[in-house]
Amino acid sequence: MNKELIRQEVKDIIAAIVPDEDLSVMTNSGIIREEVNLDSMDFLDIIMELRKRHKVEVPEEDYKFFATLDSCADYLAPKMTHLTH
Amino acid sequence: MPNQTYDAIIIGAGMSGFGAGIRLAMFDKKVCILEQHSVWGGLNSFYQQAGRQFDVGLHALTNYSAKGSKRGPFPTILRQLRLKWEDFDLHEQNQSVIKFPNHRLHFSNNLEVLISSVKEQFPEHLDQFLDLCSLVRDHDDGTLPAEFVSARQRLLAIIASPLLIDMIFCPLMFYGSATEHDMDWNQFVIMFKAVFFEGFSRPHAGVRKILSLLRKTYVDRGGEIRTKTSVIAIVPQASGGAKVILENGEEIFAAKVISCAGLPETKSLLGLPFEASEIGAMSFVETIFCLDKMPKELDISSTITFFSHNTNFKYQRSQDLVDYSSGILCSPNNFNDPTPLNEGMLRLTHIANPKLWKKLRSQSLEKYNEQKQAMVALELEGLKSIVPEFSKNIKYVDTFTPATIERFTRRIDGAVYGTPQKIGSGEIGAKDVYICGTDQGYLGIIGSLLSGILMANRHTLV
Repeated sequence: MNKELIRQEVKDIIAAIVPDEDLSVMTNSGIIREEVNLDSMDFLDIIMELRKRHKVEVPEEDYKFFATLDSCADYLAPKMTHLTH
Repeated sequence: MPNQTYDAIIIGAGMSGFGAGIRLAMFDKKVCILEQHSVWGGLNSFYQQAGRQFDVGLHALTNYSAKGSKRGPFPTILRQLRLKWEDFDLHEQNQSVIKFPNHRLHFSNNLEVLISSVKEQFPEHLDQFLDLCSLVRDHDDGTLPAEFVSARQRLLAIIASPLLIDMIFCPLMFYGSATEHDMDWNQFVIMFKAVFFEGFSRPHAGVRKILSLLRKTYVDRGGEIRTKTSVIAIVPQASGGAKVILENGEEIFAAKVISCAGLPETKSLLGLPFEASEIGAMSFVETIFCLDKMPKELDISSTITFFSHNTNFKYQRSQDLVDYSSGILCSPNNFNDPTPLNEGMLRLTHIANPKLWKKLRSQSLEKYNEQKQAMVALELEGLKSIVPEFSKNIKYVDTFTPATIERFTRRIDGAVYGTPQKIGSGEIGAKDVYICGTDQGYLGIIGSLLSGILMANRHTLV
């Protein structure tokens, strides 16, 4: 449930960045950039929106954790305890 | 804490300034745009005269893409600024034309129109033209190379007709080349895609529509804007950030300064030396004719006509006040807009000599105005071989010169396309101070917006 909330939040952020994309195709374990048409600028916006909405800082070396919704949730869970509690 | 009042100060409320400003404001940066003029827009602005609304700069928006397109500069801007396609109220061009003696090429937002025109006019060079199209399509223009690569040399290696090469260059140079008689290959590719692959469109209300959208978006997201606020110096601070000094003596601190003033202009604000060659050579005069009929009723149906009276098109600073041998004629009426504009209008642009216009204006305002009138008469003469006669239908004329552009935009010599030496990184050798806009290397309104976005992302957000 906790991680489900984070996955949903990441999806909400993606929906705000690419409102015309069909996000119903997204799966928890699928590669996000294969399922949704995101270029590198869109991808960076996910990081920036997380910082804006949740004060989460993601250093560049951690961008690799944003491959799938599951890996996002695993990485973000300890950083987003306000959502998971 | 050092007394840094802002996360970022942006100098200039033009397209790039708003692009950068919106990005910063939407990620909660405390940002202020300083604009010396009483209205915003910079090189793409607007004014009112004799009860009429005029645009400066924008003839048409390049890089048209249909609603729902996902790739390309315009969709990128929409996503980055969280705007909707509908917000821009775009209407596509009808058809434009490149007119040279004995040859003309038609083009629209459908590349096939240009291809069939080349096939008809230059049948023996069609394959070479198609090779060029493929080369342009495959070229990755995403990263700006530091080295100037001559587009003319590359074209000469592909296309055997110097005339066809000049005809291709004509609209691309007119709409964005800071370099005389040549373009950087990367910039050529950007412009070729922007003009021939993607094409022209225009909001019903012209540049005002775009600027009011940008300004509202910026302010709604918490951005601050101060007009009639002239910056006279930027002073980088040893502890980081910079102090911006205003004409009235006020000092403002910011962690970052993004300057849209231009490369030599920004260096000048920093007290850094710059070379004369950094000032762009290209500036223009424009005459706006308001008509008692719609252009179409006068048999002028092209959206934009790019013309040269000589077979070899010379894109270089004029020796005289105005170079009448080539030009651009644009009608804002000739877009596929279901709501007609109030009045017929033609905008005529020629290459000019800024030094001569500035000298004339400083010597005698009366002589300057006389020359502007004399120019209009010569322009109408020159148009006789380009479009049907319309001088009897003129209700009102306004003209502006490089001197006008310099006065309102502070661009030295009214160099609307900026310096020939573009700085892709935006870094100009002063810590925490960056340039964006045309001198960063992206062209046109869409390019300027993209430049602002990229510089904000790279230097203040990521």
